[in-house]
Amino acid sequence: MADLTFTDQNFADEVLQSQTPVLVDFWAAWCVPCRIVSPIIEELAVDYSGKLKVGKLDVDANGTTAQNYGIMSIPSVVLFKNGEPVKTMIGAQSKDNYKKEIDAALAS
Amino acid sequence: MYDVIILGSGPAGLTSAIYTTRADLKTLLIAGVKWGGQLQLTTLVENFPGFPEGIQGPDLMLAMRKQAERFGTEFIDEDFDSVDFSTQPFKVTVAGKTHEGKAVIIATGAETKWLEVPGEKEKIGRGVSSCAPCDAVFFRGKNTIVVGGGDSAMEEATVLSKFADSVTIVHRKDSFRASEIMQKRVLENPKIKVLWNSEVKEIKGEGKVEGVVLFNNKTNETSQMPIDGVFVAIGHIPNSGKFKDIETDEAGFIKVHDHYKTNKDGVFVAGDVHDSHYKQAVTAAGYGSAAALEAERWLEGMEAS
Repeated sequence: MADLTFTDQNFADEVLQSQTPVLVDFWAAWCVPCRIVSPIIEELAVDYSGKLKVGKLDVDANGTTAQNYGIMSIPSVVLFKNGEPVKTMIGAQSKDNYKKEIDAALAS
Repeated sequence: MYDVIILGSGPAGLTSAIYTTRADLKTLLIAGVKWGGQLQLTTLVENFPGFPEGIQGPDLMLAMRKQAERFGTEFIDEDFDSVDFSTQPFKVTVAGKTHEGKAVIIATGAETKWLEVPGEKEKIGRGVSSCAPCDAVFFRGKNTIVVGGGDSAMEEATVLSKFADSVTIVHRKDSFRASEIMQKRVLENPKIKVLWNSEVKEIKGEGKVEGVVLFNNKTNETSQMPIDGVFVAIGHIPNSGKFKDIETDEAGFIKVHDHYKTNKDGVFVAGDVHDSHYKQAVTAAGYGSAAALEAERWLEGMEAS
């Protein structure tokens, strides 16, 4: 499955009410490290297809959601389970690192 | 088997790659997850020759990378795990895979030196930052401090002042070491104040930054200051920790022997990982070219023998 686009409008439906866990990449166009993370997120969407919903949220256009979750640095990649943020990964990281954290959080 | 493996993708590593590939040496560059080095975290670079109007740091790095790619440099955008310089060929392991090279150029640069005070580590990304161009937008209408007195502290403060309500530079001495032009920009900015002779002793707050404990080293007074953001710009630590057999000084800067050689024959060094004096994009690029030329000469000697 390809990665999704989350917004202030669809966040409650797509993320908070989701039956499957959701990985949200908080990003912005001007953020250089976000450009490094972006293709990794797209790969994770494919790798975890069926197990995890994966998408991006542009913090410039969706400031309310970013603020609600205290995002103060991007990229911040947050894993939501049952509507709650259970893991926040701040700053660009390797794909392996994201996988390690996702696997641990999904297993718990 | 590569002729040269370059570790690092800042101005030093990329310039090395441009030179080695143009010398027809088969080159692998381990760029790291966060490729491009410190310039990826800056805005306008005004002192790199050839750009009279300045150039954005990330644009400059992308241009250097394209130039290195054009001549055939192979890139791996992962961090390396370990190196083995004990026998020829040298080995570099990245994501579980081992690559072999006859010569190595270490250009791993330097990374943010944090304050190492209570409350800092757990609040990185939650109000503690080392990159104003990345994070300043989240401090719109907020009050912030910048810790440091060099060019990067001046840049952090200038960038932050476009978003934050107030920016206070906290500096432990009574004068800045930053260049005159950068200092002037800060001191003339009505949004930026300076606290001289002051040190941050603790960062307070639950889950995010809410204040700092300051110590004035002239009066020995301790005070509290409510604050939303702490931007740390007190310098950099050389990335030399993964090289067990390479000599460094006490601060971790790799020791240079006779023209960019390390203590290990066939291992060369360029850029901020050995340079504690200049730390400029243009000097790093210069070191990169010098190390590449030395590596080329060394490889010629190796073939001849």
